[in-house]
Amino acid sequence: MQNNSIQVKGLQKSYKQLHVLKGIDFEVETGSIFALLGSNGAGKTTIIKILTTLLKHDGGTAAVNGFDVASKPANVQQSISLTGQFAAVDEILTGRENLVMIARLRHLQNPRQLADNLLKRFGLTDAADRRVSTYSGGMRRRLDIAMSLIGKPRLIFLDEPTTGLDPEARIEVWKMVKELAESGTTVFLTTQNLEEAEQLADRIAILHDGKIIVNGTLEELKKLFPPAKVEYVEKQLTLEEIFLAIIGKKGE
Amino acid sequence: METIKNHFFSDIGVMLGRSMRHISHSMDTIITVTIMPIMFMLLFVYVFGGAIQTGTDNYVNYLLPGILLIAIASGITYTAYRLFLDMRSGIFERFHSMPIARSAPLWGHVLTSLVSNAISVVVIILVALIMGFRSSAGILSWLAVAGILALFTLALTWIAVIAGLSAKSVDGVGAFSYPLIFLPFISSAFVPTASMPSVVRAFAENQPVTYLVEAMRSLLAGQSVGNDIGVALAWCLGIMIVAYLFAMRTYKQKAA
Repeated sequence: MQNNSIQVKGLQKSYKQLHVLKGIDFEVETGSIFALLGSNGAGKTTIIKILTTLLKHDGGTAAVNGFDVASKPANVQQSISLTGQFAAVDEILTGRENLVMIARLRHLQNPRQLADNLLKRFGLTDAADRRVSTYSGGMRRRLDIAMSLIGKPRLIFLDEPTTGLDPEARIEVWKMVKELAESGTTVFLTTQNLEEAEQLADRIAILHDGKIIVNGTLEELKKLFPPAKVEYVEKQLTLEEIFLAIIGKKGE
Repeated sequence: METIKNHFFSDIGVMLGRSMRHISHSMDTIITVTIMPIMFMLLFVYVFGGAIQTGTDNYVNYLLPGILLIAIASGITYTAYRLFLDMRSGIFERFHSMPIARSAPLWGHVLTSLVSNAISVVVIILVALIMGFRSSAGILSWLAVAGILALFTLALTWIAVIAGLSAKSVDGVGAFSYPLIFLPFISSAFVPTASMPSVVRAFAENQPVTYLVEAMRSLLAGQSVGNDIGVALAWCLGIMIVAYLFAMRTYKQKAA
């Protein structure tokens, strides 16, 4: 078995005149959390769409779990899950119905039992039979990720998983992502939130102007810049710490 | 690739189950779809009916085929609407990144359209029975009527698919159906074409709704249908094939 879940070489993509990806190279080690950073419109979602077989690339190669995305899309689809930027849940169905539907589409045994287990694991049992349109943003995201875990894919793509979530929900998602990685699932995530990358990622790549300009561990990235200076600064509480303290939860 | 083919029909089944649940979770869509045709039926039978000379003594019998076509023409708006919402949310991306046939989500919507329109048609026929609709048609004639309605639904559904896939806003989604709903009014659905001015009459007598209405009317009255049914089916099939090809092309462009 190869020890890279994703291998991308010289990946190119243009939308008409717009050259979005100008030769992307990177690898994601199996079982690790890989964060792709970049500003809006940098092409993070484009990379995810190519790797999840939603979009065809113009040049270079991309392999996911050892399968070429262009020539073996069905094999890729078998071994991955995508949690898109906008919660990919069915608003009109209940949480339980959403999970059962995905389990059926993955042709698994006992879809109802699977759904029950996931509802429990993600703290959605009480809301299981309510329509998703009544869920909060955090609940919706939790359901979204739960749906992605059905069928135990080896690699999960999370496109800006915490965008639009409140701090509490964000910390919950972070916890889930860490648990996923501990259980051996490879996680590819995109984010604009630097703290998120710092908290979660084993490796961080920065996408800028169609190219990966930096790729390394947090330690390696820190070494690229002058060594830390020692300064004495009064420790101010951040608003986030205050918010979390008041509502009685502690951040990590 | 084989794994995909094996599950094609069961995947469509799951998709059908999904959008049928949408309908059962929001029965108001069935009510909205049936209420307008029923109102038209009440209006034409009890308000205008007395002044309309159709040459039959039972105006409900005369009217029903046209009412059913109007119901279907407005019913397919929901198909376009549901498809539009799916395209906008991330759910289609999830489906497309899963090992299922790419067209399965679309076929789910198309089959749902058939089933939900069939429900509305049954509801309207029941109301018509209360209002005095009577038919001497045998089982074969009823099957033929059901076939015509199913084909008409499919033809319009594929048009709805194009609208749902290419609409830019929620408001734009339904606009395509207005002319379709209006078409039965310029046909022999409500009044005989004989009283219309020549240009309108020429249009009315040669547009598909008239052929469909005449064919169903004859079938329901237990009379021979002549070649109306052939022309009616040819229209439906033609529209369906052209709309299907355009819809599939749009789907491949939008969801590729």
